[in-house]
Amino acid sequence: MAVAFGALAGAGLSLGGGPRPLAAGRSAGLDRAAGETRTGSAMARERDLGSLMDAAQRGDAAAYRALLQACLPLVAGIARAQGVRGEAVDDVVQDTLMTVHAARASYDPARPFLPWLAAITRRRAIDRLRRAGRRPQEVHDPLAFEAEVDPGPGPGAALETRERGAALARAVAALPEGQRQAVEHLGLRELSLDETAALTGRTKGALKVNLHRALKALRTSLGQEKE
Amino acid sequence: MVARHDRLVEDLAGRLEPVRRLPRPGLRTALWLAAVAGIGALLASRLAMIGLDGRIERLDLALAALGAVLTAVTAAYAAFATSVPGRSPSWALLPLPFLALWLGASGPGCLRSLVAPVADLPAEHEGVGCLGFLVCVSIPLSLLIVAMLRRACPLRPNLTAALAGLAVAAAAAALLMPFHPDESTVADLLVHLGVIGGVIGLNGLAGGRLLSRAPG
Repeated sequence: MAVAFGALAGAGLSLGGGPRPLAAGRSAGLDRAAGETRTGSAMARERDLGSLMDAAQRGDAAAYRALLQACLPLVAGIARAQGVRGEAVDDVVQDTLMTVHAARASYDPARPFLPWLAAITRRRAIDRLRRAGRRPQEVHDPLAFEAEVDPGPGPGAALETRERGAALARAVAALPEGQRQAVEHLGLRELSLDETAALTGRTKGALKVNLHRALKALRTSLGQEKE
Repeated sequence: MVARHDRLVEDLAGRLEPVRRLPRPGLRTALWLAAVAGIGALLASRLAMIGLDGRIERLDLALAALGAVLTAVTAAYAAFATSVPGRSPSWALLPLPFLALWLGASGPGCLRSLVAPVADLPAEHEGVGCLGFLVCVSIPLSLLIVAMLRRACPLRPNLTAALAGLAVAAAAAALLMPFHPDESTVADLLVHLGVIGGVIGLNGLAGGRLLSRAPG
């Protein structure tokens, strides 16, 4: 019943033709502002629905219209909770409303309204699911699905690239000064040995050694990070 | 989609007519039992109540009669209760203990006739008469209870119909007891059981369809 209560409270029902108490508590927000507990207001709504049905049994069309409108989200919610999906939900709503109409004499105003409605809805939802189960289903073809390659970047590819770059920057920043310079200029900016030597004032031999040690250190640190 | 619902709501509201509210299951059960009692009274005025002579003293037969009556009452109530949406389907369990009492109490009589077959098997015409009796009583009672149940909205039509069948079979067996010529024997019980099973099965099959209110 929690589903029904939730749907009822969340739907912000507008029951134009209803009796006065409904107009007073039109939305869940108002109710809460008035300091009313959620369950309490749901119970009040249930009583209101019951009294609407009571009026409908006596032939009050306005009350009946308001009641059915209020039932629409409830029925859809219960049908979804029962496992009905997509357009079938609307079919269940239609079936349920017609059954409610045919069975309206069986509602006893002394008893709560929602269990009555929920029982009808669940039965119609089960009927619909059974009928759908008998119809041939869409053919599953996992091979076709797997053989189709999406050429674009996968979801989250940009994020992954950024994270890899950040990790590399952290690892490079952690290197000793000479090795860091060698990696930055030779490896990342792709300068030549001569240019780098001129920029940093180190010998080409020292740069080679530093690059070699830096790559080794990076391989170790990035490898560890991956694990 | 929403427009479709709005159209239906308008359509149903436009077709709204006042309805007479369905009485509580207890009251509806009482009405049906009154019809059973009426048939019993009619039979009592026509037939000799040969079955009552010296039978009330026999504990097992009295218990069997009590069990049949209670089964009829509880099964009818369960049928009427399960025909109202929102009532628990567990009501269907209510008649089971009384059904056990009825069938269990009928057992010793059969055993006695098996062990000491001094009590003759019922002559053939008696068996046929008893079968005819059960069938003739069951048919109007079935029609009545199905007609009454159709006014409600049985969401589990097969369950409700089977309960109605049990109520009818038990009521017919209870009505038969005062007019039954013999002590209960194996053949007797088998005939009864067959009729009970048939009544429940037929009600379940036909009633399930008659009671189903699925649109379309």
